[in-house]
Amino acid sequence: MARLSPADIARVASRGLRGHPLRFSLSALGIAIGVAAMVAVVGITQSSRAQLDDLLSQLGTNLLRVYPAPDLQGRQTRLPTEAVSMLGRIGPVTAASGTGELPDVGVYRSPYVPSGKTSSVALQAVDPSLLTTLRGTLTGGHWFTTANQAVPTVVLGSDAAERLGVHTPGTRLWIDAQWWVVVGILDPLRLAPSLDAAALVPIPAARTYAGFDGTLTGVYLRTDEHQVMSVTGVIPRTASPEHPDQVGIARPSDALTAQLTANDTLNRLLIGLAAIGLLVGGIGISNTMIIAVIERRPEIGLRRALGATRGNIAAQFLSESALMSATGGLAGALLGYAVTLVYAHVQAWGTSLPLWVGAAAVLLTALVGTVAGLYPAIRASRESPTHALASI
Amino acid sequence: MSDVLGGPVPPTPCERPATAVVECHDLVKTYPGDVRALRGVSLRVHAGDLTAILGPSGSGKTTLLQLLGTLDRPTSGSIRISGTDISQLSDRALSRLRAEQIGFVFQQFHLSPLMNVLDNVAEGLLYAGVGHRQRQQRAALALERLGLGHRLTHRPAALSGGERQRVAIARAIVGRPALVLADEPTGNLDTANGEVVVDFLRDLAADGTAVVVITHDPEIASAMDHRIEVRDGRLVESATNVTAGGA
Repeated sequence: MARLSPADIARVASRGLRGHPLRFSLSALGIAIGVAAMVAVVGITQSSRAQLDDLLSQLGTNLLRVYPAPDLQGRQTRLPTEAVSMLGRIGPVTAASGTGELPDVGVYRSPYVPSGKTSSVALQAVDPSLLTTLRGTLTGGHWFTTANQAVPTVVLGSDAAERLGVHTPGTRLWIDAQWWVVVGILDPLRLAPSLDAAALVPIPAARTYAGFDGTLTGVYLRTDEHQVMSVTGVIPRTASPEHPDQVGIARPSDALTAQLTANDTLNRLLIGLAAIGLLVGGIGISNTMIIAVIERRPEIGLRRALGATRGNIAAQFLSESALMSATGGLAGALLGYAVTLVYAHVQAWGTSLPLWVGAAAVLLTALVGTVAGLYPAIRASRESPTHALASI
Repeated sequence: MSDVLGGPVPPTPCERPATAVVECHDLVKTYPGDVRALRGVSLRVHAGDLTAILGPSGSGKTTLLQLLGTLDRPTSGSIRISGTDISQLSDRALSRLRAEQIGFVFQQFHLSPLMNVLDNVAEGLLYAGVGHRQRQQRAALALERLGLGHRLTHRPAALSGGERQRVAIARAIVGRPALVLADEPTGNLDTANGEVVVDFLRDLAADGTAVVVITHDPEIASAMDHRIEVRDGRLVESATNVTAGGA
């Protein structure tokens, strides 16, 4: 008999809140800001994580870069020519491509550019299989083919193309006192950024036209996903049987993985900050409700006279508080989604914000509102009816 | 109890009905600080009685009304409402009693400015366990009975003082209580509107409801069937007017 139906509770609560729209809006806004921050943090980091995950699965975590380390005297060494074929014969290795830098050869737009003004574009002789091994893509033109790998052709890394001002394949470059034709320009290589600033030439052509001796400064390997570690163990002896100590190994995808971990840490910190915002919002709601209880004593008295139990009164103020908070939560969740959408759009990411985040945010705020309203509700229910009626 | 809910007790205007709606015995109410508002009051109100409680301010008449309305508990003494001793009742049971058996009319109306007239009256049934739709229907009927059928969707602010008090009365009677307690119901009204209210209370009593009106105005009191005068927390005079008039 004394228990109101949920519809009646909602009706009474919403009517109570409409009495002070500005106060209601401001208190709800406090909650909304906290929730919006939380949802946006989760949304943005989730989207960025999804982006990195995508990139990682696209590029693979099974790429290894083998490079020569300096010798005991600190001089830069080079890997023997055979390193590529030797490494390629390790069981789990599915692809191996060598690169050899030619440090003494400059790359110029024309013969009239003074010697030494190379824009820091390095010349790299590469295996024609390199593009597949790195899963790289081209912005324009094409990669080396069996037909042109013996003639003076160049594929430019993205930075190199920018620095040399070359945007269309077909442009000629002046390398080692002769013209070479640019046949393609690469997109940035996420797993081999050092090649972005290089002009790549096929090893056969480099031998013929640029005096390349065949020794290497890097070998890129693709291995079986699950045997990366065991492959790492045998690489030094295979690549350079005479000087295994002068072989270094790197896993370029480690940088991306580290970025993911760093994101997680930042994520947790930001969510913690947003939670403090929510707490402050909850205190604001508590404060508002205490003032409401004091102001609405005549209403409490009247309701008691109409037959409301203490429980009815407590439930009324509790539901008002929860409704206020949940309204703020809903608005905040929508705002958070909007921020995520806009940010992801600006960053050209896909948006990854699961619906449950919003739902959890609204539930959480309803909980915050209930806790915040607890004390004011108990206080309201303890008002004596006669006192409350006389207090105007 | 249930026959009261089903409808008013059959009116017997000429003979006094045997059942007392309110029966109190030796009521004492002492407030903290040794303020003795009531010092032993006994009275009975029967169904169909129109009773005035008369007294100057500070005489204890409001305290008496609060005790009769179960809004407060006496320091000592007993109260029976429709035969039920309320001293042992829990907050829940008391609230239920108020919701089903007692209607209040206040001097300041206590209408919510946020609701229209119909919703204000319907609120009188909220805690009696009546569904929303039925609350609205019964509220509309009560308002029509008070001549406000054309004002259902207006806000109280748009109404005159007399109309507001009639809305408050509609809210008090919408649950068909056995007892209506009115605290200075004409206090904020002019004479003409005051008369309309008194006439309505008389009709209500004629239909079998026990009506108790608190007033400090002897003229209003003289229009009632019974007068009880309170002074310094005691009943000093109890009179029955055979006809209206004659102070």
